[in-house]
Amino acid sequence: MAQILFFYFGGMTVLSAIVAVATPHLIYSALSLLVTFIHIAGLYILLHAEFIAAIQIIIYAGAILVLYLFVLMLFHSKQEPRYLHRQLPVGIFLGLVLLGMMVLAAFRSEILGQIGTMNDKLGHTKAIGMALYTDFVFPFEMASLILLVAMFGAILLAGRTVRRKSDGSA
Amino acid sequence: MDLMFYIVSAVITIAVVMGVVLLHVAYITYFERKILGDMQDRMGPMEVGYHGLLQPIADGLKLFFKEDIIPSGANKIIFTAAPILVLVPALIGFAVIPFGRDSLTIGPFTFNPIITDINIGILYILAFASLGAYGVLLGGWASNSKYALLGGLRSAAQVISYELPLGLALVGPILLSESLSMVKMTEAQSGGALKWFILVQPIPFFIYVISAIAETNRLPFDLPEAESELVAGFFTEYSGMRFAFFFLAEYANMILTSCIATVVFLGGWHAPHPALEFIPPILWFLAKVYCFLFFYIWIRATLPRLRFDQLMGFCWKILLPVGLANILITSIVVYWLRS
Repeated sequence: MAQILFFYFGGMTVLSAIVAVATPHLIYSALSLLVTFIHIAGLYILLHAEFIAAIQIIIYAGAILVLYLFVLMLFHSKQEPRYLHRQLPVGIFLGLVLLGMMVLAAFRSEILGQIGTMNDKLGHTKAIGMALYTDFVFPFEMASLILLVAMFGAILLAGRTVRRKSDGSA
Repeated sequence: MDLMFYIVSAVITIAVVMGVVLLHVAYITYFERKILGDMQDRMGPMEVGYHGLLQPIADGLKLFFKEDIIPSGANKIIFTAAPILVLVPALIGFAVIPFGRDSLTIGPFTFNPIITDINIGILYILAFASLGAYGVLLGGWASNSKYALLGGLRSAAQVISYELPLGLALVGPILLSESLSMVKMTEAQSGGALKWFILVQPIPFFIYVISAIAETNRLPFDLPEAESELVAGFFTEYSGMRFAFFFLAEYANMILTSCIATVVFLGGWHAPHPALEFIPPILWFLAKVYCFLFFYIWIRATLPRLRFDQLMGFCWKILLPVGLANILITSIVVYWLRS
């Protein structure tokens, strides 16, 4: 049963990811990315990582992709193909680099068979909390610092246009 | 054989829960019209059945038999899928709500008062609630109409923003009950009204109620469908059955958020005093949910609509900082009490 579900979730993840890249229609592309995210959450549930699955849907599907869709909806449909074709060589190059890195990582390391410090008695959510706030507290805080800097950057970029507008009218 | 009995009873439980929820959704519209009528000193629906009791059924039949119109230039696939994308997340959340205490055994079948108790219950509801924004956004976009598009954009911005204080408000009770499971959260509040989380966490309760009203796009936060400026917002172009789906989703969401508030802040199916436990738990649950639903309608009859910048400013500048401060204080106190 778990194996059938794994092949369903894995297959749908790959299939919808391919559709997301291949379709020329921006909204369909975003929607198939949504399907990808939900099926990845399904894979997490098969791994008994329920907390990660819920967070995957809340953050990626519920927040980030909605904001993508927000922008895509305001695009003019006739400008889409031209805009996409200009990025094609760069996209192919970056994709190949990423694929190469993943293949290298898969053959060089032992990610697949590693046994962590996860304790089944604690429950999954508690175990993640314990690991994040004890063993990995420094990387965790670093990540939040990087996100904070990105947030400042976004506010600074968005705030600048408002200031310029009010200068012009004054 | 046991597996078969298990599957059959699970399917029956799901069917009963969905049926009961949809029935309540239909009758909430009746109560809303009656209560609004009473508050505005008029009768409300009176013609169909005794005091208009069959009005929701008549409305449902009318919408079912209406002509299905798809505007020209609309994206047909997304236009037809959007109402379903709104309704499914609203109904799927009921799977983890514990409605009562006792399970019912008839012959080989055992019926629990909850479809399934999963260890991330509350996150599961939040995850699917966050998917509800897609239907609204896509419905607005696929209609090929500027009012629908603007309504969809507004609604998405509002729903994403108010999800944050809503989630933060739920963290306090989660810290106190040390669990994400709805059943364990109910159990943590047993032993009378003094144990309910609303007494320890009054500020998150208010944040939750305000954000829940905003999440369900109800007055005074119904900007996505502000009649005076956007016609009907994201479902301007919808008619017949698809319009009914959006309508059902809004009321199902109202009931769902009331159920969550009942479980998380008001002790779920627990009686307010141990002496009152002879009344069935499911009746206590219903009574608490209906208090919230009455509050929704009462607010609608009382308050005028907010402006969009007021709405966003209120969320980001007041609710969010207060929610964060509450998490900080609650976690310090919980840590201090336990160590």
